[in-house]
Parts: sequence; C-alpha cells; structure tokens
Amino acid sequence: MPVGRDRVTIVGASLAGYWAAETLRRDGFEGAISLIGDEGHEPYDRPPLSKKYLAGEVGRDRVDLGNAEKLAALDLDLRLGRRATGLDVAARTLDVEGVPEPFDGLVIATGARCRTLPGTDGVAGAHTLRTIDDADAVRAAMDGGAERMVVVGAGFIGAEVASTAVGRGLAVTMVEALEAPFGRVLGLEMGAVLADVHRGHGVDLRAGVGVDEVLTEPDGGTGAGLRVVGIRLVDGSEVACDLLVAGIGVIPNVDWLEGSGLEVADGVVCDETCLAAPDVVAAGDVARWTNARYGESMRVEHWDNAVQQGVHAARRLLQSDEEAEPFTPVPWFWSDQYDRKVQLAGRTHPDAEVRVVAGSLAEHRFVAYYGLGGRFLGVLGVNRPRQVMQSKGLLEQDASWDEALAFAADWD
Amino acid sequence: MRVVVDYDLCESNAICMQIAPDVFEVRDDDFLYVLDENPGDDRRAALEESVQRCPKQAISLED
Repeated sequence: MPVGRDRVTIVGASLAGYWAAETLRRDGFEGAISLIGDEGHEPYDRPPLSKKYLAGEVGRDRVDLGNAEKLAALDLDLRLGRRATGLDVAARTLDVEGVPEPFDGLVIATGARCRTLPGTDGVAGAHTLRTIDDADAVRAAMDGGAERMVVVGAGFIGAEVASTAVGRGLAVTMVEALEAPFGRVLGLEMGAVLADVHRGHGVDLRAGVGVDEVLTEPDGGTGAGLRVVGIRLVDGSEVACDLLVAGIGVIPNVDWLEGSGLEVADGVVCDETCLAAPDVVAAGDVARWTNARYGESMRVEHWDNAVQQGVHAARRLLQSDEEAEPFTPVPWFWSDQYDRKVQLAGRTHPDAEVRVVAGSLAEHRFVAYYGLGGRFLGVLGVNRPRQVMQSKGLLEQDASWDEALAFAADWD
Repeated sequence: MRVVVDYDLCESNAICMQIAPDVFEVRDDDFLYVLDENPGDDRRAALEESVQRCPKQAISLED
C-alpha cells in the first residue's frame, strides 16, 4: 500500500536531488515537489568540471542535468539561490532562509563542501574545485595565462585537475602529505602505478611532505587583497605557482540540521533503506546509511551513488515500511586522467591481497583484484572497462576470492 | 522503443553493459556496441536505468 503524500521537498538541487525529483514523477507522484538549491544554477553534473569543461573542450550544455524541456516536464517548484537553514522533524517544517514551511516528505541531498587550506580564504589564485563557479574560476585563471599550478592532495579530484592542467600546458606540481599518492583508496602498490602515470606526463609529484604555508603577496590590482605566489612545504622547500588547487577532501553539509531531531555523525544517519526519520530520507554525499551488503555504516561520495541513492531514497518516501527495500550497492567510480580511464568497483583494504589478473602494470592497462579473508573485495581497472564491469557483477553476487580468480583465469 | 547512443559522448565506462548485457556490449577494443537497437518493452526498466547511470549521459530512448 503506497504512502499518500501531498508535498515533497528536496533540499539540494544537484545530482541526487535531481534524480529524486525525476523518480518521484516517474513513479507517479502527483503532489507538489519543491527543489531547493543554494547555488544559483539549475541542476548540473559535476564530473566534467575537472575534466572536459575545465579543459575548455565542452560548454555549459554538456554540464546541465536534463534539458529545459525535461526539467519543465517535472513540474517543480524550483527555488535556486535559496538555502535551507533549519529543520524540525517533529513539526514537519523546513526553514528556508529562516522562514518555516511545511512538508510531508523530505529528501536531504545537501552534499558536501571542500576542505580548504589554512590561509587561503579570499586569496586570489587559490581554489578548490566542486561547483561550476569553482570550475569557471580555475578555467578563467588558465585562460588568463597561468603558467604554474600546485595541486595539494593526490586524490582523484586533484589528479584530474593536474591532468587537465598538463593538457593545457601548465607546469604542475602535486603535493601529498601521505607517503603513498592515491594510497588511501588504491593501496600502496596500485597507488604507485597511478603516481607513475602522472610522473610520466611531467607532473612533479612530491609525496610524504605536507604543506607548511601558502605564500602570498599583495594583489597589485585590487586594493588590500592577496594573491598566491607559492607554497612552502614542511621540509622547508618552496614551490612557486600562480594557481593553487586544493583537493583535500570534503565535509558533509549537515550544519543546518543542528537541533533538527536527526542523528548526525559525519553525514545524516539513515537506516538500511535511506530513511533518516519518519517521512525524511537522505541521499548522495551527505547520507550515511547502513549498507546491508557489508553490514557497515558508510557514506559514499561517488557520482553513481548519488544517482542510485537519489532514486532509492525518493522511492522510499512513496513506500510503506513493509515495502521498503535496503539500499545495498557495490560502490563504483571512474576517473579520467590523461588518456587513462581508472575504474574502481567494490572496496579496498590496507591488508588486502592485490593480484593483477589481466594486462600489464608497465603498460598502464590492467585489471587488479583485491581480496581479503577469502572474499573478493574490489576490482581496479585502468583502460579495461569491459572486465571491470564483468567483475563488478561478481562483486554484486558476493563471489569468493577463488571464484573471482577462476572467472578471470583466462584473461590475457 | 529505440536505443540511441551518442558516440561523441560515450567513453565506454561499460556500466550499461552491466545493467543490460543483452543490449549493450563493450568489447576488448574498448568500444561500445549496441546488440539490439529495438528491444522489447519488457526491457524498459533496465534501459531507463542505463540512461540514468551512464556517466556521460550518452544514451537515450525513443518511443
């Protein structure tokens, strides 16, 4: 028996929020849908922002989610440039810019924001990359003749920005505080392979050394402002730059939920079905839920998770408790760097055994499996999409390590 | 229902192949091949999921 609702509000007009709205309509919801976003832009897609959009190869039309016609067909009360400022779950009211309004179903999809380096607030030339405004600013700096970029953080956003900047002719230095670039996600051995890809494209990659200070000087043009001229590392060395991009992780946007009655712990805490409280669901980067496949609480920042969880959470609002299903995805992401497509499905673990089951590390075209305790945990592929996706299917069937190795045995 | 792939956008992430292997195949040459351009209506749910989850938004369905 579906749940009757008249008015669903979605907070967050990005990927998870967009697909939540689309799913409500697709599944026949005829009530009012408000979609509220604090950015002044219609829903857009973030992956191109560090890749082709930043490179200047594609324009805004390749970034927007849906088109004007599709968006109009959803019949949304679309409120952009508006911020949710508070929530009272018990009273079923949402505060928008301080003004309470009622809902009878709520999707929380407020995403996350970038961590920033100390001493970079308001400094010209110092950026993070998450929003289209961020991407426009970095792109404008490159268009304006920036020559030397420092990327802080050897994670996937930083790696894509570095790749794009190299493609545009900038000299790039990438700095990572940990000993192993990409090691947190990929493990030591595979992280080193990816580091090798970047060094092969001329990136000056410095690992195991953190940033001591961002170096600035007065920004001649505009009064009292500062602009970035370099960084000093903890070993005392300095790297000059005119463009700095920090990719050092994100913080889920939960501050506005203080006192709401929801449990918040590095994200909005949800049950296995994405329900945070009666009539309230969460999806995307902000959602922490118990993934019953792993029996663990997790928060996933991947694109595919935002799409799937947006769909699942919206559907959950239309279902009774008895109809609700657990959200049990195998996490998956891709990253495009230079002419390499990196894909990781499932999970890795510092103690996992890593085995190359196809291709060659030296050629930077391979498939590697991660296994632990007899279980097949994850698959990493570089320019091997077919085999990654076949392996992802095995992960969804909870295949054992031996079964996975047998499946891959005759790959070359 | 007709399956249309914009090959200028497609970058062979192969997620479609995992969702609907009877319709999409990424081969060892890393290119996507559409195996069935006019699948039956019973495949609509899987194909709509392929459209949603294509990272390049390269797939569309025409009735």
